[in-house]
Amino acid sequence: MIRGQSSSREHTNREYELELRRLREQLLLMGAKVEDLINGSIRALIDRDSELAEQMIAADRKINQLEIAIDELCMQVLARRQPVASDLRVLTTALKLVTDLERIGDLGVNISERVLELNGEPPLKPYVDIPNMSREVQEMLHEALDAFVAADVERAQRVIARDKNVDAYYTQIFRELLTYMMEDPRNIFRATRLQSIAKYLERIGDHATNLGELTVFMVKGKDIRHAGKLGDGTTT
Amino acid sequence: MTAVPHAITADGRSAALVRANARRTRGNLVADGALALASGAALLIVLAILAIILIDVVRNGAPRLSWAFLTEAPRDGMTAGGIFPAIVGMVEMVILMTLAGVPVGVATAIYLHEYASPVSPITRAIRIAVANLAGVPSIVFGLFGLGFFVQFLGAGVDKLFFHGQKIYGQPAMIWAALTMAVLTLPVVIVATEEALRAVPRELREASLALGATKLQTVMHVVVPQAAPGILTGTILAVSRGAGEVAPILFTGAAYFLPLLPKHLWSQFMSPSYHVYVLSTQSPDVDATKPILYATVLVLLALTFTLNIAAVVVRARIRRRLPGGVG
Amino acid sequence: MTAVNGVAKPEPKLKVRDLTVYYGEKKAVGPVTLDIVGQHVTALIGPSGCGKSTFLRSLNRMNELIPGCRIEGDVRLDGDPIYGQGIDPVAVRRRIGMVFQRSNPFPKSILENVAYGLRIGGVNDSRDLAARVERALSQAALWEEVKDRLNDSALGLSGGQQQRLCIARALAVEPEVLLMDEPASALDPIATAHIEELINELSENYTVVIVTHNMQQAARVADYTAFFYLGELVEFDRTDVLFTKPTNSRTEDYITGRFG
Repeated sequence: MIRGQSSSREHTNREYELELRRLREQLLLMGAKVEDLINGSIRALIDRDSELAEQMIAADRKINQLEIAIDELCMQVLARRQPVASDLRVLTTALKLVTDLERIGDLGVNISERVLELNGEPPLKPYVDIPNMSREVQEMLHEALDAFVAADVERAQRVIARDKNVDAYYTQIFRELLTYMMEDPRNIFRATRLQSIAKYLERIGDHATNLGELTVFMVKGKDIRHAGKLGDGTTT
Repeated sequence: MTAVPHAITADGRSAALVRANARRTRGNLVADGALALASGAALLIVLAILAIILIDVVRNGAPRLSWAFLTEAPRDGMTAGGIFPAIVGMVEMVILMTLAGVPVGVATAIYLHEYASPVSPITRAIRIAVANLAGVPSIVFGLFGLGFFVQFLGAGVDKLFFHGQKIYGQPAMIWAALTMAVLTLPVVIVATEEALRAVPRELREASLALGATKLQTVMHVVVPQAAPGILTGTILAVSRGAGEVAPILFTGAAYFLPLLPKHLWSQFMSPSYHVYVLSTQSPDVDATKPILYATVLVLLALTFTLNIAAVVVRARIRRRLPGGVG
Repeated sequence: MTAVNGVAKPEPKLKVRDLTVYYGEKKAVGPVTLDIVGQHVTALIGPSGCGKSTFLRSLNRMNELIPGCRIEGDVRLDGDPIYGQGIDPVAVRRRIGMVFQRSNPFPKSILENVAYGLRIGGVNDSRDLAARVERALSQAALWEEVKDRLNDSALGLSGGQQQRLCIARALAVEPEVLLMDEPASALDPIATAHIEELINELSENYTVVIVTHNMQQAARVADYTAFFYLGELVEFDRTDVLFTKPTNSRTEDYITGRFG
């Protein structure tokens, strides 16, 4: 099944084994589609490609369908197999993963929608930071998905560590756009669109971080979410 | 239409298979019939023998049977009167026998089944002894009773308690009863063990797990549960005891006694011995013949009743027992 | 390999150290080192033949009834040794009671069944007996159903009722620990649910150790779970930990159904 944690032995019940395999396939498919959508949306931004943006918006439908299908599959396995230990962690992780992936897809759609709006006007400025930020975010997403598939805790934790870079990028971009807006009111429309895009990218980074934390939980059974923010003195 | 071996009949089976099935069915019917015939014949033979005996006895003995016969003493050299003293003697002897034999037999069975280690040589020796005891001929018991009880124990008691007077050192009811007790011991032991074995292990475990000692478990759970089986054994022993002649021959039975047996050291009369005597030592064969047959009838009736009672008790136990818990 | 995790901080009710059970020359289970926490439920799980029942029965010295059985090691109940020279197994069994897989009521009345252990122990006053019998039957959640027919034969009860009767019978002598060997495996699901509910209630006053081959039952009922395999204790931990992130891969394999 999803490799790494327990033995590579199969379940005695073949159907159970097949169900888990199917779950894995669906998750991988959804992850790949989400990655494609994000990549496409950012490409559409940088190339000012409205047609690509439209395609990306349409591609979200498939992702939503996958979310529903995977949720249902998880429910069935939970009801029929009463999974425990690593199987249980895989299933509960899958349920949450799917939510994060679907949100990432929605954010990609949001980016594409802003792109369509921006393409109706001349570019505000050469894009420098936004492509950098988006590359960081795309890599985080890719790494997070790979870490999940490989059940690789170190890789997942590296993804989590990169989130602060993304946050830094956002702060910087926001400040720069602010100056544009203060300079000339006619910039406001485009600047706010760009700021929104940067915000979406920052949130994709947060979701990728979630994926990393979920991977760690799935593998080690340790819940590392909300580090330092639980108000009970724990740091992790 | 000739049937070809590989032809398929209307419902899809091969013709050869159908013929083979038919042959087997016919063969089965013949075998079943033969078996029924043989069992029926055997049953008829057994019933016929029983009927011959019974008819002969009833025909000759029933006329003589009456309440007076059962309550009167014999008169005129056994040519008249009844068999009351014999019945009394038998009853007393059997009671003594039961009191002596059943507790010993039950205790032995309890020891063998509950306490003895199955592999210990002592256990094996006891079991062999019991099995052998069951096979000893009754006359040997009679001689044993004479030699051990009458001449050894009896004489010893006389010497110790009665200054050498001959009280117990001669044939007496107590010795006959003890001899019979020894003879029927295997019956009691086997029946008791069977009953103990039928008590499910779970009941013993339940008792022990509640903090009962083994003795408490045996006394309060196992033996009460086994009681009907023990009763069966006792009934069978009594049935045996009522009918045996050889063991009481030298140890206590008498042909004619003027008084009913009142003491342990008295001799006694018994219907079984009475039959023997009437048929071998009667002065007047024609006069005693009806008495003889009537006595036999009484004895048979008694034995039958006791055996049927044992069977009924056993059947009722079996009916209560599915799943092992009464 | 033995594992002792999660040894609870309050002094354990039963301390088992290196307990090994032999049948003749063959080692059946052990050495096992384990702490049973008082007034909680501990479940023993594992595939057939793994030794969990053998281990359970050695806690109240019921194994000794099997000829050729030999016990090594140490078991202490509140610090008192259970095994040893001069220690009476009968006294041990009064403090550690047992309920069996198939209910085994005596062929006596309901009252006499529950009173049996008390009578054996010397309680004979009928009012005292009646009160204790009522309390035991109430604790076993059976009083309401049988209070009007205490003199009827116990064998007239349903399977689930008979098992609760056996539990009442065991409780009547007021043991400190109650051992249960697959108590619900012969019962239908609703009767099983009643028994599980009862175990929950009992654990407030008694220390319960239960052997079960049904893992979900262990997950539902037990506070602590011990996993046995091939005569060894493989893992022992709080139930919620053992069922979400077991330490040992054999435990993981067994509870997820990858073998056994």
